[in-house]
Amino acid sequence: MMRLRYYTGIFGCVAALLTVGQADEAPIKIGQYGAFTGKEAAFGVSARKGVMLAFAEANAAGGLLGRKLELITEDNQSKAGESATIAKKFVSRDKVVAVLGGNPSTNSLEAAPILQNARIPMIAISSTNPRVTEMGSYIFRVCFIDSFQGAVLAKFARTTLHAQRAGILSSANNPYSVGIAKVFREKFTAAGGVVAIEQKHSEGDKDFRAQLTAIKNAGVDVIFHSSNYTEGALICIQARQLGFTGPLFGGDAWEAPQLIEIGGAAVEGAYYSTHASPDSTAPEMQNFIRQYRALWNGETPDSIAALGYDAARLLFDALRRAGTTESVKLREAIATTTDLPGVTGRITIDKDRNASKSAVILTVKGGKFAYVETIDP
Amino acid sequence: MSEFLQQLLNGLSLGAIYALIALGYTMVYGVLRFINFAHSDVFMVGAFIGYYLGQHVPQNTFWGGLVVLFAAMIGCALLGMLIERLAYRPLRGGATLNVLITAIGVSLLLEYSGQVFFGATPRTFPAVFPSTNFAFGDLVISSNQVVVIVVTTLLMVGLQLIVYRTKIGTAMRAVALNPKAAQLVGVNNDVVISFTFGLGSALAGAGGILYALNYPSIEPLMGVMPGLKAFVAAVLGGIGNIPGAALGGLLLGTIETFVNGSQWSTYKDAIAFALLIIILLFRPAGLLGKVRVEKV
Repeated sequence: MMRLRYYTGIFGCVAALLTVGQADEAPIKIGQYGAFTGKEAAFGVSARKGVMLAFAEANAAGGLLGRKLELITEDNQSKAGESATIAKKFVSRDKVVAVLGGNPSTNSLEAAPILQNARIPMIAISSTNPRVTEMGSYIFRVCFIDSFQGAVLAKFARTTLHAQRAGILSSANNPYSVGIAKVFREKFTAAGGVVAIEQKHSEGDKDFRAQLTAIKNAGVDVIFHSSNYTEGALICIQARQLGFTGPLFGGDAWEAPQLIEIGGAAVEGAYYSTHASPDSTAPEMQNFIRQYRALWNGETPDSIAALGYDAARLLFDALRRAGTTESVKLREAIATTTDLPGVTGRITIDKDRNASKSAVILTVKGGKFAYVETIDP
Repeated sequence: MSEFLQQLLNGLSLGAIYALIALGYTMVYGVLRFINFAHSDVFMVGAFIGYYLGQHVPQNTFWGGLVVLFAAMIGCALLGMLIERLAYRPLRGGATLNVLITAIGVSLLLEYSGQVFFGATPRTFPAVFPSTNFAFGDLVISSNQVVVIVVTTLLMVGLQLIVYRTKIGTAMRAVALNPKAAQLVGVNNDVVISFTFGLGSALAGAGGILYALNYPSIEPLMGVMPGLKAFVAAVLGGIGNIPGAALGGLLLGTIETFVNGSQWSTYKDAIAFALLIIILLFRPAGLLGKVRVEKV
């Protein structure tokens, strides 16, 4: 009799422990959207790898609030309109707690109003257009904004490249490109330089010889291209073919292995500004690179992967502090993030829901990306 | 002045590619009176054949380049004939609209199967032809641009010879004029139409390789824009007319380039297409086309 009671007691304890350990509640669902295929795929794929690493680490450590974390990823195929559809899916079908994503600003601008209306916090990964977080109080980002990046590039062109006359080539139907070109023009002029000419192209164009001929004939020292790597690589090739010998540079949308793959010798010596460099010696970065390589077959992460990782970690930190998945409290927790040690620098969310951080300049050297310098706001 | 000449050169090399694709549209239209919308996707398949084959031939050699070019032309000719056999022939004799819708269907099928089989990420096209830049004073032209212009000219002359100087060309013109009467005098319509598709698709294949050589980033939707422009070029030159397609392509490429190089580059497609509308207002059948009275 005694014995039997003893066993029941043990069973009861074990059962109770199992329920706690197992977290019988449903997992916390978090959505991520991005371009995993198509011409912007390099950004989405990198970001997803960073986010998945953060999820794997958090789940290995037992999840959050006693629940596992579930990542739901959706591909917008680099197509206009798809991000909005995905946001609706996240809200009505998957009922996610928060959304990570938006690499190109155009994607984030589509998804943000829908998530704002549904009061689901969204953390944009690498959308640098200022309008993204202006969409509402639930929209945040972990990267710097265009005005900052445009200013960094203008400063870099004036002080490091000693450029007097710059030519700008921007994409007429890409808000990111237009925004960053505008700030670059203002800051470059304010720093005593001259923007000799600005030419436009459309998204997906392949031939830039006409614009480049006009830019070259305007007698410029440097060419700034403010759109994506797919166009950037072809622009470098065609500029070199037309006999332009000065430096070419771009913003963080140039960051992709395809820039070197497509551009080959023509992108040698090209520069771009971005969020972080794997050459950084900060312990967070070195640790991240180690974990990332272990998970993704020795691949070296780019800064978009680092931002994806930071976005996920920022969200986890907020969930932990909020102690609930309830959206008002979660939003409050994200908004009050202060000095969170991230891979891309210490993250503090300011009153406009942006993260203010420094930028780095990288160059292409011997077919590889190499660190040049860090520029502060 | 040198800027003007440089832009003219840029425009001609861009226009030559439009012309090459436009030739395929115009040929099929000339014989069958229908627009083969899948043409621009055969162009894409041509580029991908070159991509896979280009990795197995010696890079930067003239012969390697020619092998890739001919292989892509043959591959695309077979694909074009297959499309005609499976998708268009069963509908022949029906309403023209049915074939037109089918053509759009085939186009989408090729684009999205391309995304499945080739992947949607842009690929880097190998440098199959040796490439150098020639400079004449301030003027610069790359060897790839020269190759485009030369190959387009050769293919256009060849096409003109085939259509006007050979037996099969005569048969093609007979089918174009009146399919029933052609059959009565002993022309095998199926063979002639199949040949027309093969020839048109071979041109698309060549176009795909030449385009990818100049703009070495290829993906399954790469045919959409050049295809649209080439179609417009064919209409501009007078659809169904071979020299017209070439003229239309060159004109469109040149206009686009000059607008692109000017301060109005934001509106380049708007200006280029507005000019086309104006030209078509004055010459509704296109520059070299003849106005045909529809017989009832």
